[in-house]
Amino acid sequence: MEKLRYALFTGCTAKESTPEQMMSTMAVANKLGIELIELTEASCCGASHLQDYDDFLSLVLNARNIAYAEKHGLTMVTICNTCQLNSAMTKHRLDNNPELKAKVNAKLGEVGLEYKGTSQVIHFLYAIIDDFGLDKIKEMVVKPLSQFNIAPFYGCHNIRPSELQNESHRKAENPYNPTSLDDLIIACGGVNVDYTEKNKCCGFHAELQAPRTAAILTGNAVAGAMDANADWMVTPCPLCHLKLDTQTHHASVAIGREVSLPVLHMQQMLGLALGCTNEELGLKHHVTKVDFV
Amino acid sequence: MGTHKITTQDVTFKVFRFNADEDYLPYYKEYNMEVTSEEVVLDILNRIKWDHDGSFSYRRSCRHGICGACAIKVNGRSTLACKESMKDMIELFGNEIVLEPLSIKRAVKDMIIDKADFWEKHAQVQPFLVSEIDENPEAEHLVSPEEVENLLDSDLCIQCGACHYACPVVEINEDFMGPAAFAAAYRFEADVRDEAGTSRISEVNQEFQGVWDCVKCFECQEACPKDVNPIEKITKLHNMIFSKGVATNNVATRHAVGFKHSIAKHGLLDEGELVRYSEGNIGVLKHVPVAIKMFTKGKIVLPWNMPKSKNLDEIKKLVKSSSTAKF
Repeated sequence: MEKLRYALFTGCTAKESTPEQMMSTMAVANKLGIELIELTEASCCGASHLQDYDDFLSLVLNARNIAYAEKHGLTMVTICNTCQLNSAMTKHRLDNNPELKAKVNAKLGEVGLEYKGTSQVIHFLYAIIDDFGLDKIKEMVVKPLSQFNIAPFYGCHNIRPSELQNESHRKAENPYNPTSLDDLIIACGGVNVDYTEKNKCCGFHAELQAPRTAAILTGNAVAGAMDANADWMVTPCPLCHLKLDTQTHHASVAIGREVSLPVLHMQQMLGLALGCTNEELGLKHHVTKVDFV
Repeated sequence: MGTHKITTQDVTFKVFRFNADEDYLPYYKEYNMEVTSEEVVLDILNRIKWDHDGSFSYRRSCRHGICGACAIKVNGRSTLACKESMKDMIELFGNEIVLEPLSIKRAVKDMIIDKADFWEKHAQVQPFLVSEIDENPEAEHLVSPEEVENLLDSDLCIQCGACHYACPVVEINEDFMGPAAFAAAYRFEADVRDEAGTSRISEVNQEFQGVWDCVKCFECQEACPKDVNPIEKITKLHNMIFSKGVATNNVATRHAVGFKHSIAKHGLLDEGELVRYSEGNIGVLKHVPVAIKMFTKGKIVLPWNMPKSKNLDEIKKLVKSSSTAKF
């Protein structure tokens, strides 16, 4: 197989509050022989909030990010569900609306850039599953996770809205019955845990405006995984990760029950199975201690 | 005629049963049936009542996806029973199908719920055209096709409640108006004939009740059987709150605006500064305990180490030239 190459849009958290996510992404790409070319020019995607204030500005900034991936002639890979949503939604809107695309390009032209629509935008999870392949992952696993019950937490913006799923991924998954993360757990030799909250919201985006709502959603998610006998959780989204890893105290108070589980990034789980070291995967950067390694 | 072939499958239905007059607690009853590829979910509800238990209760009326009466949940997924093919449901969820009312805690009898909260929220947004009607008009009040298009199909809502009871915030916060009420608010806010001024948009701008408490999960968009796409309208209402000048200086508005400040300065988001800017210098103190824990784990970048995007001058220029909103 030809070496897989992608343009990597890291998003902001990978550079700030979830350094372990950046580390584990590079460690896993290295193990799998995937080349990631970091888009160091990229800006914040607006995290689904900037558009509430200024929708057009959000479109221009996201189109600029994708334009840099296009310059490399590569598919853009995201490692954050919300970056994925904002990038893919921008692509969806511009590719289906020539007038809007022209308006955005008029602005990008001022800085010598153009959004063409030639690069796909996919989350790293799907690049691994669809392009690299789970069968090859299985062959490469050196330390299977067979002793663990692992609760997948999908994160809204990778699975909803499904119109973006249908466009971005060759094998679209259904938001009501997603399977990708379960499949990856199984490929890593782990036991996937089924629970109601796996495809529900963690509350991240309302944390400041509606702290009680956000905390209850976080609490429900961790409680659901605990009740399904999970040893730990895994997520492809660093924002879900922040909520589930750092906010369990508020969550416990909000739902009136002590809840806490180690939460791994999808890349960290895969990295463990592939034999990466704890240091390479940044496992010490968790607030809820990863106590099983 | 084509050679369309009708197939059958054995399905186990786990059906939510509850009668508020007789039961303390709900229970699930199993019915095994052979289901044909032609049937919709409503056919199954009818067969349970007609062939198994005459006391089984549910709402139905038009059978054509117009009245919105028969919305229920199939394996947790909001759906209009008369529109949803059983074949698709079996394909998605397998041969064990769970039928529940839209909201278990509002169940009155089996699939029938008390939708009072839905209608109260709906009424709250003035879901009608506010306009001084001239009793003797000299000409028609014409609305152009483009102006109708701007409603973005929000007028297709049939008030079935599928999105409202799929919304996780409605489940938690009983004051939250919910996606259907917001879609209705947008439908009339976007109508060129409407003269509500700022009264309707101010209603949805309220903290705890209004659009700012949306968690952006997109459950409403998935749930809607008429493709109304309520979350798209929620974003539009956010925009109108700023453009109509009703935005108040609070944590929610500062949170949205703060992204622009950060991007203009660093390209990337300054996470710590966003929290400080949104919460204010006093409000931010409640985040200190978590911030300390994060700091000890190397999860906080100090201001002087804040990373910046390459070609930041481009970003600064674009933020200046492409901004369309003011606050």
